[in-house]
Amino acid sequence: MEGWTKKHIIALKDLSRSEIETIFSIAQNFKEISQREVKKTPTLRGKTVINLFFENSTRTRTSFELAAKRLSADVLNFSSSASSLSKGESIIDTIKNLESYHPDILVVRIGLSASLEVLKKHTRASIVNAGDGKNEHPTQALLDMFTVKEAKGTLEDLKVLIVGDILHSRVARSNIFGFQKFSSTVRVCGPQTLIPYEFEKMGVEVFYDLDAAIKDADVIIMLRIQRERQSGMFFPSIREYVEKFSLTPARIKKAKSNCLILHPGPINWDIEISSTLKERLHPLILRQVENGLAIRMAVLYLIGTQKKDNENTN
Amino acid sequence: MEGFREKTCVLSAQDIKRTLYRLAHQILEKTPDTGLLALIGIQTRGVFIAQRLKNIIKEVEGIELPLGILDITLYRDDLTTVGPSPLVKETKINFDINDKVVILIDDVLFTGRTVRAALDEITDFGRPKRVELLVLIDRGHRELPIRADFVGKNIPTAKTELVEVRLNEIDKKEEVVVLTPAS
Repeated sequence: MEGWTKKHIIALKDLSRSEIETIFSIAQNFKEISQREVKKTPTLRGKTVINLFFENSTRTRTSFELAAKRLSADVLNFSSSASSLSKGESIIDTIKNLESYHPDILVVRIGLSASLEVLKKHTRASIVNAGDGKNEHPTQALLDMFTVKEAKGTLEDLKVLIVGDILHSRVARSNIFGFQKFSSTVRVCGPQTLIPYEFEKMGVEVFYDLDAAIKDADVIIMLRIQRERQSGMFFPSIREYVEKFSLTPARIKKAKSNCLILHPGPINWDIEISSTLKERLHPLILRQVENGLAIRMAVLYLIGTQKKDNENTN
Repeated sequence: MEGFREKTCVLSAQDIKRTLYRLAHQILEKTPDTGLLALIGIQTRGVFIAQRLKNIIKEVEGIELPLGILDITLYRDDLTTVGPSPLVKETKINFDINDKVVILIDDVLFTGRTVRAALDEITDFGRPKRVELLVLIDRGHRELPIRADFVGKNIPTAKTELVEVRLNEIDKKEEVVVLTPAS
């Protein structure tokens, strides 16, 4: 394990395997803090974290907010619907204004893919990506991988299957980058219209038939059908989607018997996953939420305790 | 340690063993009501010393004291000045510390800053009846008003020197040495 030098966490693509392992090691030890009588450490006292959400989010935002608070940082929540953005202010002007508060970390969710590389030039703060368009959602993938590592004891040589709306999914992309760094095989499966060509170039195995894709899988990551991002043209009907791509008890039998099923939530029951699987999935989903908090604490710790003069632009 | 050379060996393996037996007896002498006692070792070598004291107390008194592990990284006062963020090790205190006599254990007492951090962290787990500090080596140069209740050995050092406690559990050696700058 090496010392941490990155100022921002924008993409899993840019993190080394060793950096990912450092995050996991710290997250593992952070889980204990949430079980204490005083669930808080003074580590980031006096630091200001701004949750800058230009897109709606409840889970990710509350997870980041609690993570920052458990480390004693001051947290400001900024969401686009309640801000001057709705009055026409540009995103860059908004960031420049917030700069007057001297924030240390900006946790940003934004609809524009890969726009954080531009935004980071307009602030002295560190940036943590909480989802940028269709590009990446690094902390979600980190918590998925961490949960897999806890359950399987390893991230090496697994067959990881990602099912659903791959096209719109930053979670899929981040997970692909992440799992590949540990020499696991990643398969993606979904309707042809929802798997862009570029994915074949990323070294993943592409399937359009779930029954074939699921064979011998160690891990299945089910993605939510993002109805808010569908203009209705990607598959003929929800009924057809369910028929072909819904995870059912019968289909799971084709995967490895100890196969792990993950879902970033919120779940559309009986669309991407049969509700008869509720009992099997619930404990894992709660585990993901708990691990998500620890991962976000680890990320905030690593970039929040950097030396002040870290002019590293990575 | 690079840039340093060994000056003296201040405790041999046999010395360490004798010292720990003495310290264990001192703990018991001061708090005869052993039901109140709990040991908490500070990562990394403090944990091994705590484990050994627990074993000695079991041997001489026939009781199992609760043993906790404390990593003080998150309570350090120099986190943003030390460079790359230090790794966070395990903290595990799975017993109730309220109204206990906590023996806080570390290998070397130097500036006192680690102990300050440890005291703050312990407070987040509850309110012990008393906290007492046990160290194998006190080398002086305090920067905070902190003193130890149980000391294995006092060693006068120059501030530029290093004291290394080497324990079989992780160092495959058993000794305490003073290192001095090579130049």
